[in-house]
Amino acid sequence: MSKLIPLKKAIAEFVNDGDIVYAAGFTHLIPFAAGHEIIRQGKKNLTLARATPDLIYDQMVAAGCAKKVIFSYMGNPGVGSLRIVRGAIERGELEWEEYSHFGMITRLQAGASGLPFLPMNQTGAEDLERVNPLIKRIPDPYGGKDVIVVPALNPDVAIVHVQRADKNGNAHLWGIIGEQKEAAFASKKVILTAEEIVDEAVIRSDPNRTMIPGIVVSAVCHVPFACHPSYAQGYYDRDNEFYLAWDKISESPELTKQYLDEWVYGVKDRDAYWKKVGEKAHKRLKVKAKYSEKINYGKY
Amino acid sequence: MPELKYSSAELMIINASRLLRDGDVVFVGVGQPNLACNLAKRTHAPNLVMIYEAGVIGAEPERLPLSIGDPTLVSGSLSVVSMYDIFANYLQRGNVDVGFMGGAQIDKYGNINATTIGDYAQPKVRLPGSGGSQEIAAWANRCYIMTPHQKRRFPEKVEFMTSAGFISGGKARAERGLRGGGMLAVVTDIGIMEPDETGEMILTALHPGKTAEEAQVNTGWSLKTASALRVTEPVTRKELRILHEELDPTGIYLKAAG
Repeated sequence: MSKLIPLKKAIAEFVNDGDIVYAAGFTHLIPFAAGHEIIRQGKKNLTLARATPDLIYDQMVAAGCAKKVIFSYMGNPGVGSLRIVRGAIERGELEWEEYSHFGMITRLQAGASGLPFLPMNQTGAEDLERVNPLIKRIPDPYGGKDVIVVPALNPDVAIVHVQRADKNGNAHLWGIIGEQKEAAFASKKVILTAEEIVDEAVIRSDPNRTMIPGIVVSAVCHVPFACHPSYAQGYYDRDNEFYLAWDKISESPELTKQYLDEWVYGVKDRDAYWKKVGEKAHKRLKVKAKYSEKINYGKY
Repeated sequence: MPELKYSSAELMIINASRLLRDGDVVFVGVGQPNLACNLAKRTHAPNLVMIYEAGVIGAEPERLPLSIGDPTLVSGSLSVVSMYDIFANYLQRGNVDVGFMGGAQIDKYGNINATTIGDYAQPKVRLPGSGGSQEIAAWANRCYIMTPHQKRRFPEKVEFMTSAGFISGGKARAERGLRGGGMLAVVTDIGIMEPDETGEMILTALHPGKTAEEAQVNTGWSLKTASALRVTEPVTRKELRILHEELDPTGIYLKAAG
């Protein structure tokens, strides 16, 4: 059954005020288009979970969508501080819950596996455990050292961007795969955005590359260039210039408001946004091809 | 021959690269650690395997990576795995030799604060947080850090322990059963600090022309000096040439003071 619908409809239908949202992607494939659509639709009181909140949550917090963030590294990758989330935390305007990367990702893995919690080895750094009551330690029932446990994270909705998917939501992705699969399996609903919608036969030609199966997907949206200023491996480069520019924009509430007015509220969808980004940037972010060797699955 | 000119960043990167051994599997961050690893790979450690916390194994970046998830790390790498796999199968399982750390503060026992200055619940300065560093510090066989030698970066005790060095010293680390060897070298622009048998960071080497007094003035605890205080080998023309011509031709990370 086709799940292909416009992104606007998917956000309206599957993201509700007060939801826990996980917009997946470790630096790569960050679903900015969906984040911007959530801002345009004025969603409120969201809990925004991501290992690395990145610019997408900085923008959503600036737009007033969030009441809380759950994270493990709050920075502007390669640049410095994530100013808006950081400022909101320092002023006491935003709730937060914090883990290490492994803690965060173990929460998702537990959620994805249908388990109540999962253990990790001790790290000797006990301050996070002291300030976050959800991080606990329990005896190893087999007699080893105590282990640290974190509870499953089961977001209301995950947003995952992929290079290609069929209309049923069977999705191929490659490059840095971060926590995409875990987020999809852990969440109650999954909105998939894709650079390309392909025939099911393309997916079936390389089944090992299917990280996310259609059976866990709620909606499939065709949104090329959905990740800018993040990137899609093999499709377009990361816009490091914009990550640097955001450092300046996010320093000033006026510039931030101007940015949101111009680039989020002022465009109707991703196509309009990408047109506005302009041909010079399109050219700058273009990548040369580098193909993998074919493999033989065999005909049986 | 005229004396070689180099920045404090170059001095630290070159000395950090010399700590790496051929065949090491290194958990590396972008910026200066990335340069140190690539320099080692092009000089004395051609079989170095670089792992990035984004899940890339055996990266051989063609251009200077500008973020931890730069696509240049992926193309041509040996393997790309999920975040859960990198932390569980690689780091927790014990497949990583060296971890390069970062952080705002490092204390007398090599513990790092990358989380907060001031009260956690009402932070004066909110820092980025652990990322992967809590686990790297615990489970990599050897940990290193590069940081300019400044008093504010070297308090006697960190306000928040994001990642563990030797904790409170003595047997504290061993008692927790952490598999890794802990913070084994702090490379600064003055010299190198290494742990003594109690886990306390002491001055073990000075860069040419630097003094133990300079190191003490810029350290927040009473800094002991090793009985066999070394002077680091001078920076070579070859090392500088590789950094300037091959690795960071526009000086994005080499010019930085920190």
